[in-house]
Amino acid sequence: MKYWISVAVILVLTLGVALSPVNEYFFFAAYFVLTAIALSTAWNILGGYAGYVNFGTPAFFGVGAYTAVVLFKWLGAPLPVQIVAGAVMGGLLGFGVGLLTLRLRGIFFAIGTIAVIFIMETLMINWRYVGGATGLQLVRPPVSVPFDTYARMLFMVIAVVAVVAVSIARYVQDSWIGRGLRAIRDSEEAAECSGVPTLRLKLIACVISGGLMGAVGAPMPMYLSFIEPASTFSLNYTIAALGGSIIGGMSHWGGPIIGALVLSTLQQIITVTISGEVNVLVVGVLLVLFVVLAPEGVLGLFKRWLRSSK
Amino acid sequence: MAAILEVNAVSKHFGGFTALSDVSIRVAAGERFGLIGPNGSGKTTLINCVSGSLRNDSGSIAFQGEEISRQPAYVRTRKGIARSFQVPRPFHTMTVLENLLVPTAYVRHLKDSEGEAQAMQILTDMGLAAKARAYAAELSQVELRKLELARAMASQPKLLISDEAMAGLSGSEVDEVLKILFDLNEKGITIIMIEHIMQAVMRFSQRVICLDAGKIICEGAPTEIVKNPDVQKAYLGA
Repeated sequence: MKYWISVAVILVLTLGVALSPVNEYFFFAAYFVLTAIALSTAWNILGGYAGYVNFGTPAFFGVGAYTAVVLFKWLGAPLPVQIVAGAVMGGLLGFGVGLLTLRLRGIFFAIGTIAVIFIMETLMINWRYVGGATGLQLVRPPVSVPFDTYARMLFMVIAVVAVVAVSIARYVQDSWIGRGLRAIRDSEEAAECSGVPTLRLKLIACVISGGLMGAVGAPMPMYLSFIEPASTFSLNYTIAALGGSIIGGMSHWGGPIIGALVLSTLQQIITVTISGEVNVLVVGVLLVLFVVLAPEGVLGLFKRWLRSSK
Repeated sequence: MAAILEVNAVSKHFGGFTALSDVSIRVAAGERFGLIGPNGSGKTTLINCVSGSLRNDSGSIAFQGEEISRQPAYVRTRKGIARSFQVPRPFHTMTVLENLLVPTAYVRHLKDSEGEAQAMQILTDMGLAAKARAYAAELSQVELRKLELARAMASQPKLLISDEAMAGLSGSEVDEVLKILFDLNEKGITIIMIEHIMQAVMRFSQRVICLDAGKIICEGAPTEIVKNPDVQKAYLGA
């Protein structure tokens, strides 16, 4: 109940901000931060709860984005339809990739997921309809009321997507699925012998995770009014998704929110004040520091601090 | 008595290595059955085939008259086969109590409130109740072994396979675990005990089978087994 009240408050506040005369740049930065939160949250369902490290975030994100473009170009489908379709395609890709790769464990699974990015990118580069390697310019339809600009509207849209992602991650964590996934992460063999249908559960996690990533990718073409394979399938999304979870903490749905918020805000600040190159360096250093010194992330540090102050 | 488990001519190869060749065993319902053999003789491979962690290459495995050798492990657990692991594999990010809630939820489909009550009962029976809120890292060796058995019991099995639950324990701890297994057997659970500690198997089992190099070399009452020259040769060499 408390959770849903907070959700309502956050959404109302978001709408308020979107309608207020705040500087346009804020929405540009916030879109980036909210995308990172939603991607990290989605990634954590498979990577954090079940312990299956997925490097393929851009593949799922990109499938969502290209699904939106195809639907827009072909049928002129409205944004909500594009997002739902992006989620469906992301989920389907998750199912396919899961069936093929979830029998692999550890590093082999991770490498398998990297391959998926290159497969998807190559497919899109060779598909004329969506612009191939040069990309495709999109003429955006007029912005919907009550918003004055695209940045404001898409800020609200991505906030809703992020809230949905977090709510699903929270539900999964507290449900029977979450306990089974934790058992898989701790010992897959013992989980199976405790009655957990491990393959089915991993597939469920992969479909949910992939579907949410697809939904996050879908509004991106409208945001840029352009799509092009190299940036859509950029490994930066892998780092954003994985980094947010690692820095925040992977055992709780709150972890990726904190981590992605810290990481992507920092990235925005550094990109603007220093440079894009330093930004990448800082992300790398932060990840190494957290993996070595605080493998349980900010949440872990917070728990340790709570225990020691008792 | 009716057989609860029938293993018929089961073989298992790993590449060119034959881990089990043509092994057949019959375990009666309610029996205390011992499985012994030197290191690498195929004991754990055999029970991995029974529990579903491995698939046998040939032969059949029937549980309560039903062929199960092509079913995944979780289905077999749901049908009533539970096992402990030789090297304890606790769910280390969960408390002892939560460890037991995995089988109560996934095998018996109990709500957490019901599952918790039953899990606490099992922990009390095993003398682990005081550690219900502890994490696996805080447990001693004997407590980890008990957790393995407790988690197996939380699925309410008909057949419990205990894979070296006593290895590395002291004399009094062995007695403690033995008592737990005797108590479970008295409640009607069939138990297969795999053990290195001869004295424990001999005291516990009504019938013993000795494996060597993937083959059954002898079968009988504990007292006969220790006198068998093949068994002595397998264990002592020469």
